[in-house]
Amino acid sequence: MELAFYFAAVAAVVSTVLAVTNTNPVHALLYLIVSLLAVAMVFFAIGAPFAGILEVIVYAGAIMVLFVFVVMMLNLGKAAIDQEKRWLAPRIWIGPTIISGALMFELVSVLAPNDGTHLIGLQTIDAHSVGVLLFGPYLLVVELASMLLLGALVAAFHLGRHD
Amino acid sequence: MNFFTPEIVAIIIEVVKGLVILFGMVIVAALLIWIERRVLGLWQDRYGPNRVGYAGSLQVVADMLKIFFKEDWIPPFVDKPTFIIAPMIAMGTLMLAFVLIPITPTWGVAPDLGIGVLFFFAIAGIEVYAVMLGGWSSNSKYSLLGGLRSAAQMVSYEVFMGIALMGVVMETGSFSMNAIVEYQATHHWFILSQFFGFCTFALAGIATVHRHPFDLPEAEQELAAGYHTEYSGMKFGMFMVAEYVGVVLISALLVTLFFAGWHGPFFAPIVWFVLKTLFFVMLFILLRAALPRPRYDQVMAGGWKFCLPLAVVNLLVTAAVVLATE
Repeated sequence: MELAFYFAAVAAVVSTVLAVTNTNPVHALLYLIVSLLAVAMVFFAIGAPFAGILEVIVYAGAIMVLFVFVVMMLNLGKAAIDQEKRWLAPRIWIGPTIISGALMFELVSVLAPNDGTHLIGLQTIDAHSVGVLLFGPYLLVVELASMLLLGALVAAFHLGRHD
Repeated sequence: MNFFTPEIVAIIIEVVKGLVILFGMVIVAALLIWIERRVLGLWQDRYGPNRVGYAGSLQVVADMLKIFFKEDWIPPFVDKPTFIIAPMIAMGTLMLAFVLIPITPTWGVAPDLGIGVLFFFAIAGIEVYAVMLGGWSSNSKYSLLGGLRSAAQMVSYEVFMGIALMGVVMETGSFSMNAIVEYQATHHWFILSQFFGFCTFALAGIATVHRHPFDLPEAEQELAAGYHTEYSGMKFGMFMVAEYVGVVLISALLVTLFFAGWHGPFFAPIVWFVLKTLFFVMLFILLRAALPRPRYDQVMAGGWKFCLPLAVVNLLVTAAVVLATE
């Protein structure tokens, strides 16, 4: 399981980097999909199959489809790729690298004191336990999120009306 | 040192079983190409391919030989990496979904998978990319329109495909395919209690593998061959076989989820499974023979305005019944 975790984690990091640096929008999106699949694999490896499969269904299977759909519709050609190349000049990288480096340092320093009590793959979080948590202690959050989604749905319907 | 410990032997047996299921399924899918053409011919009062072998049964071999020896032509204007990867996604994902199907109580790759049905939804979600990427990378108007149609259709139909099956999951209390079949074997077949779930899931299933009458992504009259217009040789063959693998997959899923899979009186489980699956495969072909293709906006409206509300009502009623009887 640990081997699977490290393998999937490396795949996620590499494909995310490639998604950022690739200049072709559709190829970049494909790398992002691979990255999401790799994150799902990480979930599987640490014993959360339900979260993993939802990651694939919702992110890789539904949201990214819409992203690819829009990029296909725009049909960006050579001009967009050249523009991307100009935007990805080495000078541009300095600011984001410093900020992400600081965040990375913070993350590592928080996670560093590993006392070995959180071994991966010891406990499996299945759909049942997720459901019990969602509709038990987190019921209010679930309801608020559903109201937010309903608001978005009504707004989208209003915008898409013909008259 | 004895290499063949009991564990190793068990692993080898399971792998061989998996390979048998995989190749059996691919061969059935390939044979379906001939069966469909023959049966369509019968229903339309003509012969269909009847020259190669007995009653044309070797037509598949002839087609495969031809397709293998064809030049694998990649047009110069396509986006090469995505053009090559699209047919692989089409065939690979659909074949992967067969790990879920419990063919008999003892045959099946991973029917006990805890996330069971959800795995199929994930597969269906990934499968969209085959058509979308095929359509986009071909760099042709027909292909792009086919890809766009496919994306819109899949997103609309996947929304209620999940909801349609949740009734089954609620009654069983598990996502696992084995548990669903066991429940039906001991209680009742889900076609009785989940009739509307069956209807909506069957429609969504046909739309997912974009078979007629939901084959808008490859509507011949207006889009040439749709998303695979620019494909030829083995890459086209992979799209073609993937379509029939999808037919077998959806039939097997319908049988497993709503008709108790291998369960049935008198005969061996495998006989029941094959008979039921063949029935639905024939139904797929009959649909193609009998129905005209709806307009694109009719397909979308049917999905959003009819199937989605029906699936949601079915979900709510099932939830109420399950709560009341608990």
